[in-house]
Amino acid sequence: MAILKVDNLRKHYGKLAAVDGISFAVQRGECFGLLGPNGAGKTTTIRMLYGYTPRDAGILTLFDLDIDRDLRAIKRRIGICQQEDSLDPDLTVRQNLVGFARYFDIKKSEAEDRADELLHFFALENRAKDNIRILSGGLKRRLMLARALVNSPDLLILDEPTTGLDPQSRQLLWDKLAELKAQGLTTLLTTHYMEEAERLCDRLVIVDHGHILIEGRPKALVRQQIGHSVLEITDPDAAVRDFLAAENCRVEDLGKRILVYLDDGDDLFLRLTREVRAEGCTLRPATLEDLFLKLTGRELRE
Amino acid sequence: MNWPRPNQISHRTWHVWRRNYSVYKQNWKISFIPPLLEPMFYILAFGLGLAVMIGDIELGGRLIPYTTFIAPALVAVAIMQNAFFETTFNSFVRMYYQKTFDALLTTPLNLEEVILGEMLWAATKSLIATVLMTVVLTLFGLISYPGALLLIPLALLGGLFFASVGMICTALVPGIEMFNLPIFLGITPMFLFSGTFFPLANLPAWAQQVAWWLPLTHLVALVRAGTLQMLDASLWLSVLYLALSTAFLVPLAIALMLRRIVR
Repeated sequence: MAILKVDNLRKHYGKLAAVDGISFAVQRGECFGLLGPNGAGKTTTIRMLYGYTPRDAGILTLFDLDIDRDLRAIKRRIGICQQEDSLDPDLTVRQNLVGFARYFDIKKSEAEDRADELLHFFALENRAKDNIRILSGGLKRRLMLARALVNSPDLLILDEPTTGLDPQSRQLLWDKLAELKAQGLTTLLTTHYMEEAERLCDRLVIVDHGHILIEGRPKALVRQQIGHSVLEITDPDAAVRDFLAAENCRVEDLGKRILVYLDDGDDLFLRLTREVRAEGCTLRPATLEDLFLKLTGRELRE
Repeated sequence: MNWPRPNQISHRTWHVWRRNYSVYKQNWKISFIPPLLEPMFYILAFGLGLAVMIGDIELGGRLIPYTTFIAPALVAVAIMQNAFFETTFNSFVRMYYQKTFDALLTTPLNLEEVILGEMLWAATKSLIATVLMTVVLTLFGLISYPGALLLIPLALLGGLFFASVGMICTALVPGIEMFNLPIFLGITPMFLFSGTFFPLANLPAWAQQVAWWLPLTHLVALVRAGTLQMLDASLWLSVLYLALSTAFLVPLAIALMLRRIVR
């Protein structure tokens, strides 16, 4: 059953089409990824999902409810973790959670139980009475995520949950998100970290310039579009280029670097390193990042 | 522009009020000091220093000591300032720097309720200041009862009026430093020329006419009529002025904030 259905969603800012006809559906219990470079339209899409940004066109259905008719009922059942820190700096860690529950009309005793449960889950118990101002970035993120769960949502929406975090905080957050998924929570997340998407997402779409470029399961997509492995050759010379030209393989020439997408076997790699040159040649598994860069291009965005 | 509709406002408005109240409670000891100390400073400076040079003032056929004349004006000024500063600087910080409104909008609340809740809270701050000041002024014997009880509804009405004016400024300023402009051009002249420290009758006729249009003039007149127990029918005009403009400015403030925030 689809928890969220997005049908031909559009948003224009002046002449810029920030979201230009996006459609996808998120099934119950899955983790769905919305990937794209900065400015691709990820955040705008997310914001339209909870009515923060009015949309120009498209149909949005959450829990089989229409967003125009039942926005309040929908918002009661989703948890949103925004990109920017919006914690209450005047309140303590625990007060941030208990206070937030009030907006969902949750009774105080219930809110306190839920807050303690979440503090425990996110290993924030001994920081419960701390002021927000003294928390590190990683702790703030954890608290933001805990706050998004205060209403026990049926759908969790995360906008770049680990941007700017150190590796330790990121690992911990990924573990927690995996645990939540194991508990059956449906999650929609945006990211531009491919490792994050590969690790967490069951299915994903890659978005650029407001369009969906591709949709599918991360491993299958990489296999289909890129292949099994990637041969990287740095500082290629004429001999290398001649060798590759004679082979029947998919080559991406970046000037100072050549990428060869290989479907199976390392035969080509072995012959290249034996017959032409071994220096600067690396064979590695194909990743989502290869696919992402292939689809969205390599030039800088901003 | 999208004007707010009454059916968009639910009980959730009070959740916004409660949020601000719970933050206020954290620092109530500090928040209580200005409304308690400020009137004392003025009463000491004007009552001891200036009043001896001025003597009594004739008002409505009664001779009134100068200190008694300015005491209600200090309350009216506090009503204006508490509400205005809350919906300008404090609301701006919550909207722009703390992203509090963004967080609230991920919950079942809508922006109309957030803005209305902010303004109701600002009016509440005016009420708290009024009550605290009234206690101090009563101790100095500068306020008469039961007329002074009118200060409670007046603090709420005046508070809501200046809260909406402040919120309109917040909806229009590009940055927080721009609030100096409405303070310099609006709040300070009103503080001086609304019948606060001298009767309007002392001004030339043209200036009196200008002063009549200042909202603080009406609030001062009403508060003074209450604390001195000098009520007359002309005050209904002041009530009408404040009530009608509040009824217009509150939805206008919400509509302008929507225009600013919704993108």
